Amino acid sequence: MTLLHFSRFARAVLVALLVAFAVPALAIDTERAFDDPALQTRYEQIGRELRCLVCQNQTIADSNATLAQDLRREVREMIAAGKTDDEIRTFMVDRYGDFVLYKPRMTPINYLLWAAPVLLLLLGTFLGLRIIRKQAAQADTDGPEAGQT
Amino acid sequence: MLKFGVPLALAVLLGVFLFVGLQRDPSYVPSPLIGKQAPEFTLPSLQDPNYPVASKELAGKSWVLNVWGTWCGGCRQEHATLMAIAKTNAVPLIGLDWKDDSAAAQEWLRALGNPYAAVASDPEGRVAIDWGVYGAPETFLIGPDGKVLFKHIAPMTMEVWTKEFLPRIQAANAGNAPTGG
Repeated sequence: MTLLHFSRFARAVLVALLVAFAVPALAIDTERAFDDPALQTRYEQIGRELRCLVCQNQTIADSNATLAQDLRREVREMIAAGKTDDEIRTFMVDRYGDFVLYKPRMTPINYLLWAAPVLLLLLGTFLGLRIIRKQAAQADTDGPEAGQT
Repeated sequence: MLKFGVPLALAVLLGVFLFVGLQRDPSYVPSPLIGKQAPEFTLPSLQDPNYPVASKELAGKSWVLNVWGTWCGGCRQEHATLMAIAKTNAVPLIGLDWKDDSAAAQEWLRALGNPYAAVASDPEGRVAIDWGVYGAPETFLIGPDGKVLFKHIAPMTMEVWTKEFLPRIQAANAGNAPTGG
């Protein structure tokens, strides 16, 4: 077997392995919860907004922990009972705290959190401009002597 | 000054944040229930499903809700401590058997001893969700006014019991309840 053949074979094996191991990662919550596509979309969206607290960097839609399954059941039942998305979020926050939401709410305690990116951008722009101006001023004064070194 | 001072100050600030972050336990999520009325529940008793365990019956005194399950390693770890606490008769310990097999849970209590005044069976985990439970063992302290005074997330130890629970129980029974964590 030539090297070329071997590398083709190896690539095929690699691809096969990748495909084989990729499948279980596709979806956790595969069953449709609602026949109505609008409700199903809401269900999927809310599931992606809520943190699974046992497996903290996953949403309840991503996780198959029993708590995530239970919380999905609660969400399904609340949607079926005609609750609004906000009511469902409030239900979760009342029990698990703000941490359960991946998108923090606009509450006074979170203002700094929401403002931080803008504040940091302003600070960076301010510092950047100062440095650029300073260097521009230096370049101007250095100008005439530039060719002499 | 600006050239070194500002980056240095920022680096130190970042260092402080990271250092504080290292000391904190990310698996600990503070409960929003502290200081609020404890969620009410009525569930079948583990030992006799015909007999209901109702939180209302405990109104007027301090009590402890311990969330456990036979599938939970930390619960086995804390069991001896719970047995020792139960012997002191400080407060009634109520067990919440969370998403568990009833037969296994009864066998557990027969084998290891039963520290609980009553055990409520919550196989579907609905009451646990109302209480914001996310990992067993969790232990709540509820005051005579029905408010949640404290929540401990991790196996119970005698140190936690004497430092965090007992002072709050004494204060609550004396009429002024400090809340916390």
